[in-house]
Amino acid sequence: MEPDVARPMFDTDELVINMGPQHPATHGVLRIVLKLDGEKVVDADVVIGYLHRGVEKLSENRDWTQIVLLTDRLDYVASAAANLAYVETVEKLLSLEVPRRARYIRTILAELQRLASHLVWLGSHAMDIGAVTVFLYCLRERELILDLFEEYCGARLTYNSMRIGGLPQDLPPNWDKKVLQFCDIQMEKLVDYETLLTHNRIWLERTRNIGVISAADAVAVGLCGPPLRGSGVPRDVRKDEPYAAYAEMEFDVPVGANGDTYDRYLVRLEEMRQSVRIIRQALGGLPEGPVMSKVPRLIKPPAGETYHANESPKGEIGFFIASDGKSTSPYRLRVRPPSFCNLQALPRLVRGHLVADVIALIGTIDIVLGEVDR
Amino acid sequence: MIDLLVIPLIKIVIVLTGVLITVMYLVLLERKVQAWVQTRLGPMRVGPHGVLQPVADVLKLFVKEDITPVRADKSVFMLAPIIVLVPALVALAVIPFGDTVSIFGKPVPLYIADLNIGLLYVVAVASIGVYGIILAGWSSNSKYPLLGGLRSSAQLISYELAVTLTFVSVVLASGSLSMVDIITAQKTNGVWFAFVQPVALFIYTVAALAETNRAPFDLPEAEQELVAGFHTEYSGMRFALFFLAEYANMIVVSAIATTLFFGGWLRPFPNVTMLWFLDYVPSWMWFVVKTFLVLYLFLWIRATLPRYRYDQLMRIGWKLLIPLAIANIIVTAAVKVALSY
Repeated sequence: MEPDVARPMFDTDELVINMGPQHPATHGVLRIVLKLDGEKVVDADVVIGYLHRGVEKLSENRDWTQIVLLTDRLDYVASAAANLAYVETVEKLLSLEVPRRARYIRTILAELQRLASHLVWLGSHAMDIGAVTVFLYCLRERELILDLFEEYCGARLTYNSMRIGGLPQDLPPNWDKKVLQFCDIQMEKLVDYETLLTHNRIWLERTRNIGVISAADAVAVGLCGPPLRGSGVPRDVRKDEPYAAYAEMEFDVPVGANGDTYDRYLVRLEEMRQSVRIIRQALGGLPEGPVMSKVPRLIKPPAGETYHANESPKGEIGFFIASDGKSTSPYRLRVRPPSFCNLQALPRLVRGHLVADVIALIGTIDIVLGEVDR
Repeated sequence: MIDLLVIPLIKIVIVLTGVLITVMYLVLLERKVQAWVQTRLGPMRVGPHGVLQPVADVLKLFVKEDITPVRADKSVFMLAPIIVLVPALVALAVIPFGDTVSIFGKPVPLYIADLNIGLLYVVAVASIGVYGIILAGWSSNSKYPLLGGLRSSAQLISYELAVTLTFVSVVLASGSLSMVDIITAQKTNGVWFAFVQPVALFIYTVAALAETNRAPFDLPEAEQELVAGFHTEYSGMRFALFFLAEYANMIVVSAIATTLFFGGWLRPFPNVTMLWFLDYVPSWMWFVVKTFLVLYLFLWIRATLPRYRYDQLMRIGWKLLIPLAIANIIVTAAVKVALSY
């Protein structure tokens, strides 16, 4: 007989709770099966696929220009970022040179999009932790960005704002002045959000040492974007493999020290400041010239395959595209979605924390289910 | 006969209707205040600036279907909201809303009862409400309400201790458990107890927020985490009773704060004769104004702060507030003894 040592004195059952896919805090149709011991999370199982639309397969039956529309629907709070990553991949495949002015405007649009996406993230993250006011403040500023996008391309959510070889149109008159005005407003309002959160005792207690992930683990799990930088890894595609006009911009890559929720919060806030800085530089040095290069009416890239990555607000968004050189649509298109990769870290992050922290942690990795499920 | 039955009955009716109407409009006020903080307009559609919104809300709740889950324990499920609401309303019996006024030459005190153990009564009655919450969570026979109910009961019990301890220090300062005597003590001392007992006021404010499940301690109803907490399975009028109880509780704790710390119905600076013109404002007006200022603080805090986590809430209650309250009692007692020599 073996001695019965493993059995605890008070044997309690584990409680299995199903969170989502219809839950106010799962940011879309995410489902998490939580195993609880009291209020402590023993294990978490992420169930995805509720928003699968087959974007990758659909792409095989659309021509190259039409796919830009599909990329809008990946990360729908940052569609310009996905647009940019896709058109640049195709340009790489075509070995196409994009006019300098177009690259500058793309940079501006991408950074505005980063601001908008981070505002949605900050708002919903704060609301998950109970600070409802921050949410409305953030959406107020995001509204201004949406207005800017609307003026540029007519759409407010799914922009379809890039073309292979350049941009659909030049900037509308006075648009640059409005953007600069917005930059001033945004810098001012960032202070407001910080007043409500950064030194707030409750906010600190809710975010410090919550969901800590070390730099080595973050790399091992395959985190990207702000969660990776929050752990102290200075990896930013904009700096490491510059695209658009980032090579000509001056900006810092903020990194965290502890890899906890608070650091990821600080990293994103600093990124917003850097975005404003980039937008101001790009508008200041905006070159004259065309915004579209010479592109054949029927795009037919030569046979071959390529991978190209961008730094989207969520992390590294990449497109792998294979072309057979004969058809007018890709042979295979694969998206490397940052939300999907970051979501893989969730079970590791939540283990040992309380139910309330699960909410904070879903918020801190900043996922969009449109991109996770595709 | 008239003194014994009719006048108290009239008072009860007035207080109850008054509180219920206040609750209705407190909800509107809350939505409006939150909206103003958050650069929104709030309810604007029903009546000018949404003043009829509460009426519409109540009508809606009345005509809604009242669903009882199949697996629920029916009798307990029905009883729970009543157990939550009744103590909140009954606690109002000892709150003095104003000084004695004369109506048709007859002196009528503006409270339903002046118990010599008024504060003790409030504590006793208020702690019954927690049973309703546990029972609601348990009888729903569902996971989220159960977790919400457990959280809630743990929270209420922990913070009740802190609240009661602050009462002790106020009683030490006033020398009486009667609410009316506490107010008159503030008049004879010439100073509100808020200045005599600032630590007790601080503890009371924090603990009162927790007791009424308000932000930043609104865990039992943390929508983002537990859907809606202990009342997830409730609908229609039964849900409205929980809602009513929450706001009635807010009014009660604000009224108690006014009585204990802000001089109740007394005008500001009750002993400064230079401010005699303030006496033209009826005493109950002062009470109402002060209570609403306290309520406003509640709403303001809700619009500003994030939410604490369960274990942090417990830590604050047991490791910070209760020791602080005990220390406050000891200091108060020591000062009182020292002064009497």
